[in-house]
Amino acid sequence: MRLLLASAALVALGCGAVAAQQVARTGPGAEELQAGKRVYAHWCAPCHADVPSLAGTMSLAVKYEGSDIPAALEDRTDLPAPVISVFVRNGVAWMPPFRKTEISDADLAQLNAYLTAPLEDRGAHVPLLAEEMVRMQEGGE
Amino acid sequence: MALPPGVTETDFVDGLAAMRSAVGSEWVFDQPADLNTYRDFYSVLWGEPEEKMASAAVAPANVEEVQQVVRIANERRIPIYPISTGRNLGYGGSAPVLNGSVVVDLKRMNRIIEVNEANCSCLVEPGVSFFDMYRHLEESGSKLMMSVPDPGWGSLVGNALDSGGGYTAAGYRGHFEAVCGIEAVMADGELLRTGMGALPGSETWQQYRMGIGPCLDGLFRQSTLGVVTKMGFWMFPKPEAYLSASVEVMRFEDLEELVEIANELEYANLFNGMPGFSSPVLTRANPIVMAMVPEPEEMNRLVGETGLAAWSFSPNFYGPEKVIRAQWEYVQSRFAHIPGVRFNETGSLRLPISADEMERIHKPRFGIPSLEIFNVGSRGYGDFNPSDGHIWFSAVIPRSGKGIVEANRVMRRECERLGLNLFMFAPAVTCWTRSFVLFAAVPVYKDERNAHLREAVSEIIGICAEHGWGEYRCPPAFMDSVMDAYSFGDHKLRRVNEQIKDALDPNGILSVGRYGVWPERFRAGRDA
Repeated sequence: MRLLLASAALVALGCGAVAAQQVARTGPGAEELQAGKRVYAHWCAPCHADVPSLAGTMSLAVKYEGSDIPAALEDRTDLPAPVISVFVRNGVAWMPPFRKTEISDADLAQLNAYLTAPLEDRGAHVPLLAEEMVRMQEGGE
Repeated sequence: MALPPGVTETDFVDGLAAMRSAVGSEWVFDQPADLNTYRDFYSVLWGEPEEKMASAAVAPANVEEVQQVVRIANERRIPIYPISTGRNLGYGGSAPVLNGSVVVDLKRMNRIIEVNEANCSCLVEPGVSFFDMYRHLEESGSKLMMSVPDPGWGSLVGNALDSGGGYTAAGYRGHFEAVCGIEAVMADGELLRTGMGALPGSETWQQYRMGIGPCLDGLFRQSTLGVVTKMGFWMFPKPEAYLSASVEVMRFEDLEELVEIANELEYANLFNGMPGFSSPVLTRANPIVMAMVPEPEEMNRLVGETGLAAWSFSPNFYGPEKVIRAQWEYVQSRFAHIPGVRFNETGSLRLPISADEMERIHKPRFGIPSLEIFNVGSRGYGDFNPSDGHIWFSAVIPRSGKGIVEANRVMRRECERLGLNLFMFAPAVTCWTRSFVLFAAVPVYKDERNAHLREAVSEIIGICAEHGWGEYRCPPAFMDSVMDAYSFGDHKLRRVNEQIKDALDPNGILSVGRYGVWPERFRAGRDA
């Protein structure tokens, strides 16, 4: 596990996450990524969305302090699909593994497709569920 | 191949084959990589030979498949362990209590069968999470609110069965207290419906809880007696407004009266939200850990020095704005005679909640699920980070000022003596009707520190029992010790539970060992 993490970090330093941050993140994103984006929204965003106080984002901010690796998973461009799969199926720190009854292999493949796609294809960040529901209510009024 | 205890390889292989026929081969898991996802990620036995792990897992999609799985297991005496969403972290997660049991994973049974707006109730399957229900309610424009615990990925059914709690109105936030109607597959594979569900054609399953004769819902709480496949809940109509407030008193000696009056007000339904009891002066260093309660003179000196109150009671109100304002006014009048008392309004809003408000509120108070709570431990307060998880120690203590002070002092003293870290400590949590529950969160690590943690927690269970404090819920590693403390009448409670167990599940297959109840064939191994 540690080896995987170390190599993931090296890849990130090599390809420059800073440049990636400059990509505009608006709109729904590419059609073929929507299924993976929904998996991310349901299973990952509650801890990993771009909100500093969430457990996953908070932990990764500490882990990558001083580097240019973003704390929010949805902004990462350095995570190869096998690394994502290892974390999903094995867990890390306080994050438990996810079972196939929660994230099926097909879901995981779609999640991987979303989190490894170019940032410009991912579209806007997914909202947290509460935020999505409030927007829906306010939009409907 | 890891075999369940007391099962031959032939029976196990044959049983898994039959389960594959019943649910589809892709929903029976027996490979190490898959079984790894069923481990209790916060286990205090992690990586040790005694860690409790599944020998296989099976995931039925509907009640008929559950019945088939249970019959297959019963015929071959294969121990099975149902989980709902498997997210009971800190209390066992998705792992069984008896090592080698086959986990019956009910996550695929995720139908919200009904939300009845007129009756203010719902009927759901065990795989429905609080996130799922919230989305359903909001998208359907429901007028109802579901009480949620802090982690929103849990199951309505599983959380209630383990006696979980939330933060909303009385009668709803103790989640088992809001249950109305249970359907369960019994060990023989037959289906039981409790309450009015037993009467064919009744329209009152989610209205009248009792039905006729002994009320059997309790058979399924923290139990080993059935696989719950449907559960009804009473739901709280969304209020017009919400108000939170605090009553602060400035002397050590005021605590007893503060709690007594607060209790009377709550039992008289003069506020309905979950009340908080704390000590501003003793939580000044860490808002989620109450320091040791000092002697009265010292505490009063600290109050004078810091200007912070000795004690606080925080009532919360849900209802029409006019009504809750009047209630708060009355609540204040009842404490006005206490010298130096301070009243504060700490928050108020009218529903629906706006986007701005959503960022500021504690979401579970409004039935809104999230996973925000996990930030308290992963990188939260304290100097023990990063830890690998947590367990809860949560004993029921007397609902009085004396109860708060004694429980605080005993726990602080003993944890210090035993070198046990706490990252959250509150001696007076009030999710459950008329109760104070002492809550202590203990960080867990995936290394040798767990051996010490187990010894220390076991010792604390014994010490609390000597004071008359028993846990309301606990992780699997401590279930026997906790049940052991409920020892009145030479452990008559456990013995009656065992008699019921043997009568209803004679082959001893269901949730073996859960909360210290073992079937006859495994009873000798209770202390193993």
